[in-house]
Amino acid sequence: MWSYEKKLMYPVKVSTCNPTLAKYLMEQYGGADGELAAALRYLNQRYTIPDKVIGVLNDIGTEEFAHLEMIATMIYKLTKDATPDQLRAAGLVEHYVSHDSALFYNNAAGVPFTATYIQAKGDPIADLYEDIAAEEKARATYQWIIDQSDDPDLNDGLRFLREREIIHAQRFKEAVMLITEDREQKKVF
Amino acid sequence: MSQQNNPFRRYYLPFRGMFDPCPPLGPKVFVVPPNLLIGFQPPDFPQFPPLEALQKGTLWEPFFDYYESPYRK
Amino acid sequence: MEKQLPKEYYTKLEAIQAIDFVIYDLVLYLNTHPDDAQAIQQYNYYAAYSSRLKTDFEACFGPLRFGMPVQNHQEWEWAEAPWPWQV
Repeated sequence: MWSYEKKLMYPVKVSTCNPTLAKYLMEQYGGADGELAAALRYLNQRYTIPDKVIGVLNDIGTEEFAHLEMIATMIYKLTKDATPDQLRAAGLVEHYVSHDSALFYNNAAGVPFTATYIQAKGDPIADLYEDIAAEEKARATYQWIIDQSDDPDLNDGLRFLREREIIHAQRFKEAVMLITEDREQKKVF
Repeated sequence: MSQQNNPFRRYYLPFRGMFDPCPPLGPKVFVVPPNLLIGFQPPDFPQFPPLEALQKGTLWEPFFDYYESPYRK
Repeated sequence: MEKQLPKEYYTKLEAIQAIDFVIYDLVLYLNTHPDDAQAIQQYNYYAAYSSRLKTDFEACFGPLRFGMPVQNHQEWEWAEAPWPWQV
């Protein structure tokens, strides 16, 4: 189970009312390499990975939900008091006619989230390599969003999230190294 | 491009054809993040103090890589 | 609701976020380095410190942690605004 704490992982701030940036951020909300996909990918793979590295998947998967909440907070703040006119100017009219200012699991192009964004091969190496790739793709996505954003407070939060991808990739690579070692094989049999 | 000395950046120059319509951007940069260069984390890695760690997104100094858009002048 | 939070709310919250962040990054490290006794000691130190900071924060601003004893016996504050994305 999970237990909620009434705080964000990082103090999220945005400096401008800019719904266009909210549209870009949807890539990390409901996109293929976004935080929802990451959380679901790791927490689903953890059932069929060697015991030694279940904790790595469990705790990184849990952190991804805290990141999802940060992205949601950014989108929420960037669109909260935006008028229908402002949302239309930001290219969010298709979103607006279906959802008003509600959040939804779409990517930046409005494509709804799908389970095909994630994989579970049941092969520990295949799955952990997929996870490492997912972290590098998410890191790159944060870079391209930062390239498009001139909001210093928003970029501060995005840099935090980008750095976390680097740490997660590191831990997944260590997980690969841990299960690759054959030192403990004798104990198993 | 102010990041010439950044150990976590690499550059390549794409081939330029005679009929490429846009003026060349120059070298294309990509990121080689610290996790690719470090391997299994060794013991006694230097740490940031808590508030700085939060601000930077990592407790461990050698994993920190600040990102700025290479297109920002 | 036009209730403004005092500056202290943000500084105290950030102090907690910083300590909890250290705890989180130590957990991820320990998951792949389970024999690092020094890191375990550091984890224990920050876990106890975090708990003290949260108890202090909750006395001023209401509950932060789900399922903990509450200090206000007159009024159920858990489900009251503000929520994290609102502050």
